[in-house]
Amino acid sequence: MELLRFTTAGSVDDGKSTLIGRLLYDSKSIFEDQMAAVKQSSERKGLQHIDLSLLTDGLRSEREQGITIDVAYRYFATPKRKFIIADTPGHIQYTRNMVTGASTANLALVLVDARKGVVEQTCRHSYIASLLKIPHIIVCINKMDLVDYSEEAFNKVVEQYEDFAAKIDVTDIRYVPISALEGDNVVNDSVNMPWYKGESLLHTLETIHIGSDENHSDARFPVQTVIRPHAAEYHDYRGYAGRIAGGIFKPGDKITVLPSGLTSAIKSIDTFSGPVDEAFAPMSVSITLEDDIDVSRGDMIVKDDSEPQVSQDIDAMICWMGSRGPRPGAKYHLKNTTREVMAIIKEVYYKLDINTMEKLENGGDIKMNEMARVRLRTTQPVVFDEYRKNRITGSLILVDEATNETVAAGTIFL
Amino acid sequence: MDLAGFSLNMHKYYLTHLQELESEAIYVIREVVAQFDRPAILFSGGKDSIVVTHLARKAFWPAKIPMPLIHIDTGHNFPETMEFRDKLVADLGVQLIVGSVQEAIDKGRAVEESGINASRNELQIVSLLDTIENNKIDAAIGGARRDEEKARSKERFFSHRDEFGQWDPKNQRPELWNIFNGRKRMGEHFRVFPISNWTEMDIWNYILQENIAIPSLYFAHNRNAVYRDGTWLPASEFLVLRDGETVENKLMRFRTLGDITITGGIESDADTLEKIVAEVSATRSTERGNRSDDKRSDTSMEDRKKQGYF
Repeated sequence: MELLRFTTAGSVDDGKSTLIGRLLYDSKSIFEDQMAAVKQSSERKGLQHIDLSLLTDGLRSEREQGITIDVAYRYFATPKRKFIIADTPGHIQYTRNMVTGASTANLALVLVDARKGVVEQTCRHSYIASLLKIPHIIVCINKMDLVDYSEEAFNKVVEQYEDFAAKIDVTDIRYVPISALEGDNVVNDSVNMPWYKGESLLHTLETIHIGSDENHSDARFPVQTVIRPHAAEYHDYRGYAGRIAGGIFKPGDKITVLPSGLTSAIKSIDTFSGPVDEAFAPMSVSITLEDDIDVSRGDMIVKDDSEPQVSQDIDAMICWMGSRGPRPGAKYHLKNTTREVMAIIKEVYYKLDINTMEKLENGGDIKMNEMARVRLRTTQPVVFDEYRKNRITGSLILVDEATNETVAAGTIFL
Repeated sequence: MDLAGFSLNMHKYYLTHLQELESEAIYVIREVVAQFDRPAILFSGGKDSIVVTHLARKAFWPAKIPMPLIHIDTGHNFPETMEFRDKLVADLGVQLIVGSVQEAIDKGRAVEESGINASRNELQIVSLLDTIENNKIDAAIGGARRDEEKARSKERFFSHRDEFGQWDPKNQRPELWNIFNGRKRMGEHFRVFPISNWTEMDIWNYILQENIAIPSLYFAHNRNAVYRDGTWLPASEFLVLRDGETVENKLMRFRTLGDITITGGIESDADTLEKIVAEVSATRSTERGNRSDDKRSDTSMEDRKKQGYF
């Protein structure tokens, strides 16, 4: 069984909670006692219907205000796949939460109201999915029951979205006409839309091909820590522990350690269950080398056939997440894979309007929930790839030196 | 990890969901050891902390787990849990730190609850925070999962705690990709949850796949118990019968393990891991439904977590 991580965004009005509620309920992932608790809470609030958002909005202040504050993670499984939903709120701190949810997702669910068509929020959600390089988008055209299940209404929205999609960098986009409320095409095929020949939403989620989403060509191994057992049996053992971030490693492969440039060859790839013949992303393993060279946390082991960038100058699109914007000349801890260096924002090229993807050359200071293309300068070399080639080695965060807060997330451009 | 299954998948270059969750958890545990000076594993004797300990063993093999286990002892334990704990610690060759709730009560640091629903559940917070502070623990690894409870669904892998050990759910650090920010000031600490993305089903399937030893309490056995609030509470020296309640001998097992006074069991004849997996996949209520500590209010977990609970 494979794991598929997807993100959703939207407000209560889009029927997002209803859709998630239905996916969870129809896949039997909501338990009777959870349902009974939600029913009771709904009745206490004097609501006519069962408020499924109470399943997802767990914090006291969210329940009081009837809004979702933070990304919530939901889980369900079918016999074919396990799913992790990063459920992001529609309004409050939209960009920050959406970017967070999108960073680990293979797929984005974009909800469009069939009556309203493509609106600003649809574009914003899709732009973020594109910037964060989510490989697959499913556009759910919802509330088909309110447009008489009309094929014409569906085609109109598809056309609108396709016009817009020319501007974004996502190749796999699919469209499903649904009614989350009535259940049409969510889990079961709709009897109300015989003209639709495609698959239901759940069937699409279960079968969409995600095996090629990992980069299996450029071998990358960021070292997390060094394992030295201090036991007689493993006296000289020195294993480099980490999670493979790309490509395929095999014993005997010639490797280079970056940024030092030292070279060696892989002696063994070890796991608790024994050595393996090859290892690929996202496996956690320990690698031993033929030569006794200096390797420690923050170094990256790569294969000689494709080397990443090693530089102190990095161009990135950053999403600002701190409550206050960057202070002039401020220093940040830049974290990229397992490496941490000090950095400054050397130059702001432009800000990006996340609703229109327009570049704002004189956009003023960077504020929370804004995106900007910047040049970063670091004190030590950083080992990275272009984000579009590798989402692990091509991503970074900035941590404020004074407050220790994570203030920005960045995707690297070349 | 099942090696045969592993090599079969090799040619397709993808992991099964359990392999991917395992790899993610090992990555998180290694990040803790790399980023912190004095980490520890919070060990309750329940299945989730047993799985976390198993993952830690895998993460550092062939070295030993490079951090101690912490057990918060309420004094109201299942004897089986204590035996299991001591054997595991001896097998792994790791240090065990015990934080005693009884000691906190004796010293006047905590006050025993009274009344009909009295338990030592909330008192664990005092002992836990004292143990973390006294041992200068800067990262405490726990077995909490996001699917367990709604307040936990918003929890981070690396969850920051202020100098009073408190959680501020409205002001959490964003967590992106697999980059974890463990920076903190003196006196602050982190709680880390490597199995955040696992469900109860994943835990059981993994225990079955890896053949991990768990306390006998999880398997069906005959036990004296009292039916209260929809669950079978084990008879013990700490359980006071109410009017009309009687002790019955039942074939039962536990889905979660905690303090003996609040952990209810279910009627079950599942006496093997295979039968437990089948039972869990067919069940229609959550595992914490048998925990009276969560039933106090809609937000009782959030309220306890803010104070510093597990």
